[in-house]
Amino acid sequence: MNYETVIGLEVHVELLTKSKVFCGCSTEFGGEPNTHCCPICLGMPGVLPVTNKKAVEYAIKAGLALNCEIAAYSKFDRKNYFYPDLPKAYQISQYDLPIARNGYIEIEVDGKTRRIGITRVHLEEDAGKLIHEEGKNNSLVDLNRTGVPLIEIVSEPDIRSPEEAWLYLNKLKSILQYIEVSDCKMEEGSLRCDVNISIRREGVDKFGTKVEIKNLGSFKAVRRSLEYEEKRQREVIEEGGELIQETRRWDEVRGVTVSMRNKEEAHDYRYFPEPDLVPMVLDKDWIAEIKANLPELPDARKERYVKEFGLPAYDAGVLTSSKALSDFYEECISHYHDPKVVSNWVMVEMMGLLNEKGMEVEQIKFKPEQLAAMLRMMDQGTISGKIAKEVFRDMFETGEDPEVIVKRKGLVQISDEKELERIATKVIEQNQKSVQDYKNGKQKALGFLVGQMMKETRGKANPQMVNEILKKLLG
Amino acid sequence: MEIYRLTIHEAHELLKKREISCEELTKALFDRIKSVDEKIRAYITLDEEGALQKSREVDKRKDFTNPLTGVPVAIKDNICTEGLKTTCASKILENFIPPYDATLSVRLKSRDAVILGKTNMDEFAMGSSTENSAFFATRNPWDTTRVPGGSSGGSAAAVAADECIFAIGSDTGGSIRQPAGYCGVVGMKPTYGRVSRYGLVAYASSLDQIGPITKDVTDCAMVLNAIAGRDIMDSTSADIPVPDYTLSLKPDVSGMKIGIPREYFGEGIDAEVREAVLNAAKVFEKMGASCEEISLPHTEYALWAYYIIAPAEASSNLARYDGIRYGVRAKDYEDLIDLYKKTRSEGFGAEVKRRIMLGTYALSSGYYDAYYLKAQKVRTLVKRDFDQAFKKYDFILCPTAPTVAFKIGENTDDPLKMYMNDVCTIPVNMAGLPGISLPCGFSGNMPIGLQIIGRPFDEPTILQAAYAFEQATEYHLKKPCIDSDTASSGEQKCDKEPDAGKGVIA
Ligand SMILES: [Zn+2]
Repeated sequence: MNYETVIGLEVHVELLTKSKVFCGCSTEFGGEPNTHCCPICLGMPGVLPVTNKKAVEYAIKAGLALNCEIAAYSKFDRKNYFYPDLPKAYQISQYDLPIARNGYIEIEVDGKTRRIGITRVHLEEDAGKLIHEEGKNNSLVDLNRTGVPLIEIVSEPDIRSPEEAWLYLNKLKSILQYIEVSDCKMEEGSLRCDVNISIRREGVDKFGTKVEIKNLGSFKAVRRSLEYEEKRQREVIEEGGELIQETRRWDEVRGVTVSMRNKEEAHDYRYFPEPDLVPMVLDKDWIAEIKANLPELPDARKERYVKEFGLPAYDAGVLTSSKALSDFYEECISHYHDPKVVSNWVMVEMMGLLNEKGMEVEQIKFKPEQLAAMLRMMDQGTISGKIAKEVFRDMFETGEDPEVIVKRKGLVQISDEKELERIATKVIEQNQKSVQDYKNGKQKALGFLVGQMMKETRGKANPQMVNEILKKLLG
Repeated sequence: MEIYRLTIHEAHELLKKREISCEELTKALFDRIKSVDEKIRAYITLDEEGALQKSREVDKRKDFTNPLTGVPVAIKDNICTEGLKTTCASKILENFIPPYDATLSVRLKSRDAVILGKTNMDEFAMGSSTENSAFFATRNPWDTTRVPGGSSGGSAAAVAADECIFAIGSDTGGSIRQPAGYCGVVGMKPTYGRVSRYGLVAYASSLDQIGPITKDVTDCAMVLNAIAGRDIMDSTSADIPVPDYTLSLKPDVSGMKIGIPREYFGEGIDAEVREAVLNAAKVFEKMGASCEEISLPHTEYALWAYYIIAPAEASSNLARYDGIRYGVRAKDYEDLIDLYKKTRSEGFGAEVKRRIMLGTYALSSGYYDAYYLKAQKVRTLVKRDFDQAFKKYDFILCPTAPTVAFKIGENTDDPLKMYMNDVCTIPVNMAGLPGISLPCGFSGNMPIGLQIIGRPFDEPTILQAAYAFEQATEYHLKKPCIDSDTASSGEQKCDKEPDAGKGVIA
């Protein structure tokens, strides 16, 4: 039996505004507990929220970048529930009139473009954090995060595999970073994800029973939990069992989802319009202005790389997948004439090292100009390609100028003909057998001799000249 | 001279001329409070030290340009005052000292009014008699066996008993006007959005409005001048210019058209109240206004819609009192849910719990459309009734409450009967309109309130009408007698009091 998987994602993203959404407190991450708070975000008696216009602007910006319609009239609603991290015992959110709706994101699956619908984007406030002290029978509350603006982005149930979910999340993150409304740092909680997944027999229209998995901490966890859940649901059905609609928790260590069967999940949030805030009439001209000022988005940038730089589509896709990487690349090519060469270095050497060290582009120590300078040293024959790799690694680790590194390590390429002839003579003398082999027609022997030259010069010999000189001396 | 009896404008003149000092006036009020508040119980908290210190500062500064400077005021205990306990007459906030001022408090302080203390009220402003205070009931200065009305009963009683020069109240369904009516003083609920709600502890956010309770209409205009206006801390405050309301104090209503809604004179309205209000209409006619009977057909539904909307908002507004961050927390609890349950069970009184439950129910999934949404539709219809009437009439005249102040304990076992007390005032909140109550007669010894309702942000017209009526009558000059030891019975003689006005003189 073939099954089709149906997935929908709800992504919460913290916006990069300087102050909170309904008061003037700082949104800065970190800070001593309860230091970024005021009577308003603490929910003290009698205080009132006032909407941060920047947060609305960012939500509109996100809506536009996700191809949504922006509401002309939008309002806030109260979502009521008791929890110690929610000081007012209600969250100011949006219920039936979100800022944006009916958008989409395009992802590439097996070389084909798939369009994933965005149901809505709405603005709301974040809650605080509970801190459970080890070995103590109590919890502490940190309300620094309370009132930080969030947008919730709800997808249509258009996603058909864990892989697609992963691609969707990466694309979404990339878009939000491009438009600079969020840093999308999952480790700091500025991007959080809930998923809905169900399966149905192929060809059936009706959705299967859906399961919600809440608070996934990484894209990897999203993919793994969905893979697990897909398999689990199939097994339940194939064994003749029945799925129940429920919320499950992802156990990262055991790699399984676990049912969260408790009554607290059966919430009735009793939404109603927030009476402390007047409905928002979103001015057409304002929306148009935000739209006009949207930066280039990843898809457009990718296309430009292919067209203008002649990069392969795959390479262009990788380079534009994150704004930081793409910005770094663009900075490099503003200092160096050949985008293709830069692309190779960035994609192979730089990303290789980033992966190896588990680092982000933002943490790179050297500057794009330095990479350009290194490439020019290659062009001028100061260093060989092989040496350049060594220089690059050093530059990656120390952030020093390539010239300094080359000097410090004595890596300048030897292109002095006399010097090379002197070394070649020495190598020929010491390797008479290979010389004989070469003269007997074994071309491979020349390679060996070249290798010996390189060894002798610790790789600094100009390879082209080495070849020529050896051939000349060997007659 | 009993300077505690002064109005704002009288006190202002004397302060300006240095005939009295602010300290003298403040002391006189605390003396007055000490002599009568035992009987009235208007105050929850007194700040004698702070007030006297402030009065000395004001005297030193010698700048009495603003009419409120140096004038002692009482503030309802649901309006936050920095450093001064703000309890909402609830056990759950019994120990709550706000670290911030309400915008109202900021505005009074910036004009150097002297805050005497915080007045009693129905818990979280839920009630019509001030009997729902978690601490004690306030008594009506005209008859201490009767209620002062509510929920701003402490403020109204304090003004009537001359325990302050003026007071501030809040009005969600009549909580300024009804106690003002019961206590024979002037009380105004401004248009929704006219006065900032920042720092007013919310009961029902879409209905709550702060307003003055004063000894006469002139004072009302003076206080409104100080407290009205846009506040960036309150998104629902209106960005509409504030006129000088004292310019409306002209004894002239000639040519004005008055609507008298028949729905406010029907069943349940006391005959003497009806007569007094209709007499008031005659006073206006004598002054050159014309009165016509009109209909506001959705009036009867307003009360019931109010008892959906207000509790719904309250159920959410009061959810924050969970014992986690401030206020009182139950002592013994097993876990988080138990902490919530015990704190809220012990912290809230019966009426508050009743409204939280009503509101929670009305917002619950499956009931929302039938209750909350329908109530909002009723609200729109109520508003439309008024809009229609105001196309033709300059203001509307009706009773403030169906009866005069009732006996303490009379309605406590019958919430529905209690709710009926606000039947004449609630539609005004539902429509967001300005309304003022002022004395227009007596039933026995008890004052009767006349309500004047105006167009949105047309406080000037209702102030003008109220002022004209006040000038034409002497009801506002009659004072309750509370100094004698016999003050607890209904009928009382009190030689020290000024002569009671005999009604219409126009
Ligand atoms: Zn804050």
